Amino acid sequence: MTVVERREIALVDLLDRLLAGGVVITGDITLRIADVDLVRIDLNALISSVNEAVPSPFEEVV
Amino acid sequence: MTGLRYVYAVCRPFGTPLQAELTGIGGAPPALLHHHGLVAVVSTVPEADFCEEALKAHLEDLDWLAATARAHEGVVDALTTVTTPLPLRLATVFRDDSAVRTMIEAREEHFRSLLDRLHDRVEWGVKVYVETETAESAESAEPAPSPARPASGRDYLRRRRESSHAREEQWQRAERFAHGLHERLAERAEEFRLHPAQNAALSGARGQNVLNAAYLVSRKHSEEFVELVDRTKDEAAGLRVELTGPWAAYSFTGEAAS
Repeated sequence: MTVVERREIALVDLLDRLLAGGVVITGDITLRIADVDLVRIDLNALISSVNEAVPSPFEEVV
Repeated sequence: MTGLRYVYAVCRPFGTPLQAELTGIGGAPPALLHHHGLVAVVSTVPEADFCEEALKAHLEDLDWLAATARAHEGVVDALTTVTTPLPLRLATVFRDDSAVRTMIEAREEHFRSLLDRLHDRVEWGVKVYVETETAESAESAEPAPSPARPASGRDYLRRRRESSHAREEQWQRAERFAHGLHERLAERAEEFRLHPAQNAALSGARGQNVLNAAYLVSRKHSEEFVELVDRTKDEAAGLRVELTGPWAAYSFTGEAAS
C-alpha cells in the first residue's frame, strides 16, 4: 500500500505498541514488563527535566 | 560472549524469503525457527545486554530503548510484507532454540487462534491533536476593542475569563470531533483500542493529543479506511489528524474486546 507517505515512525508511537502491545510471553529472562508504566513515567520525568518548563498559558504579561 | 534468543514474532510458515539484508537487534540477521507448523522469528542478542539486570537498566535508557524498538519494528514490519505476523512484546528473550520450541509447544493453540483472528489484517493508528498554538494566535488576531493593557483589575479578570472560556469551547469542540471521528472509524474497523493520550513532552508533537486510537482493518478495506481518515483532515480548523501504519497488529494481540 502506497497511500501513506512513510515518515520515520515517532518513538512514542512505537512504544505505545511495543511496550503496551504485542503478545506477552514469560521468556527465560523475564522482566514482567507490566513495569512498563514505570518506564514510561521515568521517561516522562527524564524528558521534562531536560526541557524547559512550559509556561502556563494563563500567565499573561501585564 | 554468550548469546540469547530474541523472539520478534510468531507466524505461520510463509513462502517468500526475508530480504537478505534485513537486520534485527544489534545488526544480527533474523532467522526462522520452524516448529509444530509455526515459525518463530528469532535472532541472537548478547546476554550482557539482555540479562535481567542489564535489561532493567537499558529500559531506562532512551537511546538504547529507541534503537531496540526500531530494530524490533524493522523485523516485524518486514514480516508484514510477506505474511501476517503475531508480534511479541519488546524484549522477549530465551536461553536457546530449545527453550523457544518449548514455548511454542506450550502456546501453540493460543498462537493459532490469534493468527486466525489477525489473518490478513493490519493496524492503523489515528491521533487527533488540538493545535493549541493556532488557537492562541487566532485569539490574539481577533479585533480587540479593548486596549492592550487592562484598564483595571476587574478588566484583567474579565479578559482572563474570556480567554479561558474560548479555550474551554475549543476543547469541547475537539472532543466532539474526536468522538465523532472515532465512531466513524470504529464502524469500518473490526476492532479498536484506545491508547492513553500521548504526553506532548515525550512525543514532541505540536498541540495536545485528544485521541490516540488503533484500528484493526483487513488489508482489503485498508485503502478505503485511509481515504476516510484523509478526508477528515480538513474538516476541523485548529485540529490535526495524524495517521500511522500499516502496523502489524500489536494492539490486538490480547483478548478480543470490541
